[in-house]
Amino acid sequence: MRERFIYDPFVLPFMLGFIFIIIYLVAGIINTIRELPYEDRKKLGKSIFSRKIFVSIKEIFMECLIHSRIFRRNRMLGFMHMSIAFGWFLLIVLGHIEVQLYCPDRVNLPYFPIFFRYFMMETDSTLKGALFFFLMDAALLMVLIGIGLALYKRINSRLMGMRRTTKLKMGDRIAMYTLWAIFPLRLLAESFTSGISGGSFLTRGFGLVFESFVSNEALIQPTWWAYSIALGAFFFALPVSRYMHIPTEMLLIVLRNAGIKSKRTNAGYGNIELYSCSRCGLCIDACQMSAAARLDRKTTVYFMRMLRQQKGDIEAAAQQCLMCGRCVQACPVGIDSCRLKQNVRRSESFLSPAQYRYLPPTETIRTDVLYFAGCMTHLTPGIGKAMQTIFERAGVNCRMMDEGGGICCGRPLMLSGQEKSAAIMIEKNTDIILQSNAELLVSSCPICYKIFNEKYNLPIPVMHHTQYIEQLIDKSAITVDHTGLSVVYHDPCDLGRNSGVYNPPRQVLHQIANLMDTRYEREEGLCCGGSVGNAVLTGDQRRKIARDALRKLTEEKPDLLVTACPLCKKTLVGAGSQPVEDIAQVVVKAMG
Amino acid sequence: MNFGYRINQSSMIDLDRASKDIATQVLQYEPSFAACIGCGACTATCSAGRFTPFNLRRLQLMMMRGQTDKAHAEAGKCMLCGKCQLICPRGINTRNILLAIHRLTTP
Repeated sequence: MRERFIYDPFVLPFMLGFIFIIIYLVAGIINTIRELPYEDRKKLGKSIFSRKIFVSIKEIFMECLIHSRIFRRNRMLGFMHMSIAFGWFLLIVLGHIEVQLYCPDRVNLPYFPIFFRYFMMETDSTLKGALFFFLMDAALLMVLIGIGLALYKRINSRLMGMRRTTKLKMGDRIAMYTLWAIFPLRLLAESFTSGISGGSFLTRGFGLVFESFVSNEALIQPTWWAYSIALGAFFFALPVSRYMHIPTEMLLIVLRNAGIKSKRTNAGYGNIELYSCSRCGLCIDACQMSAAARLDRKTTVYFMRMLRQQKGDIEAAAQQCLMCGRCVQACPVGIDSCRLKQNVRRSESFLSPAQYRYLPPTETIRTDVLYFAGCMTHLTPGIGKAMQTIFERAGVNCRMMDEGGGICCGRPLMLSGQEKSAAIMIEKNTDIILQSNAELLVSSCPICYKIFNEKYNLPIPVMHHTQYIEQLIDKSAITVDHTGLSVVYHDPCDLGRNSGVYNPPRQVLHQIANLMDTRYEREEGLCCGGSVGNAVLTGDQRRKIARDALRKLTEEKPDLLVTACPLCKKTLVGAGSQPVEDIAQVVVKAMG
Repeated sequence: MNFGYRINQSSMIDLDRASKDIATQVLQYEPSFAACIGCGACTATCSAGRFTPFNLRRLQLMMMRGQTDKAHAEAGKCMLCGKCQLICPRGINTRNILLAIHRLTTP
């Protein structure tokens, strides 16, 4: 192989874009690290010189190039992302290896590997280059297939397994079209040059075809110019487009593996999460507000875009969310969008904690096990009664903390951003719990369970009643018989996805009923639509979500739908004629 | 001489003068408020209502009468637990109304 030129003016658009994006990225990284609090910076520093960096490198390879999380969700979509990302990566790496092998003097020219075929020509003695010709063509073909699928997805996303895909704005569109243009232009440029530079099945093949009806030499310059302009334009469009996720996701992975989490503001880590959102739209189908109530435009991807661009009514967008966590579960980048929304909600706190002076002084309840039924359980008294029966049968000294109605746990206030007010509830309830001298706090409501666990700092363990019942059965404190019922278990969001309690209810149900499988289990559990996380959803929209969830959960026609949350129970009962019961009620039946 | 009696402040409400601006705004923000039939289910179930004479029905009345200051103090008593919303036979988005009243009446 022999060098023809070392420079041509057509490299300028590429070089300008390249220099711009490098400066932009370096500035961005410095800015982000400066925004991180001191401890986080220390964590980051430590993680770089530890084993964690290898974990990060592996994750970057698996997620940014292979896209294994998307693969697991949807093979077609995963293949599309992989072929573009991994194919492009191969082109870059192989291009650099070629330069290293055939013209090591040019390694320091950043444009040289990109436009290698233009600058180098094949001589008779370089047959060994054939392997690279083949590999480069194979990588290019891989990217082109991916681009073809991406084009197809824009026309009909259903064929790629997505009911809906993100509606893009100007910046995204420009970047997307230039990205799509880069590779066909590269193919054309390399094909027209292949008579001189050589090529393999793709470039040489196309080159020969073109030769039969156009003069390839005349088209060499224009196509290389076009290819370079497409690359440059893509780099310039990158910061205002969703493709910022390509560099940012790598940084996000490193920060996440260093153990950094965004705290109370969206600066620093939260900002990196915003820029890592590729607007792939997987959260649109996952969101039940979109799937059942047609609120497509209220889904997380649009919230993320508003927050990143600081445009539109961000607060309203943050409020319009069930906080069920399904989008977080579906996100291939692992962005905790619920926390970003919570941070926005918190910034709009306006309730005055002084208004809660009416709350009574703490009354002392002394007991071994303290039972907090929760507001919602007071609306579904069957669950509370069932729990009382279970406590009695197990011979446990238990008192109800909120007999006849108590002080709210504070999570609804917290979810609406009113943290100072929630703190009053937390303080009052903590007083009651501490004065009771109880060894254990049991709650029937997953909403309360979550906040007891996360915000209360209690010296005693907290259990949801599903966990407590499992323990009682294990210790043979209560005995249960099989009821012969076939049941489906509905994972309440705050118990399942948001607290990670999946197995205890299943263990209990296996002993008392035939537990049927559904497609909406565990992490894929559905929100009932009653969520206290959303204050703006209308009654009609809630009903639509509830009906849709009930329909999906009862596809297999179980005798009984079992849940473990009083709010879910109340909502699902109202959504159709399907019998719905709480797990405690089923257990009482099974105790005979 | 003090006989233990005093003159109460007038509680007369002049409906011609009362400003319904905020009530209108709340209605715009949460149109379901108009569907209230004053049945009192929310009052019966209210978590805060157990400790203090707080209720949504009265709050609605205050809004309609233009008693904005009173409404502001009342709305802040809500714990947002959401029971009233589940119990409401008219499907009114009560939690949003409370937040809206509070937000709009904050001076």
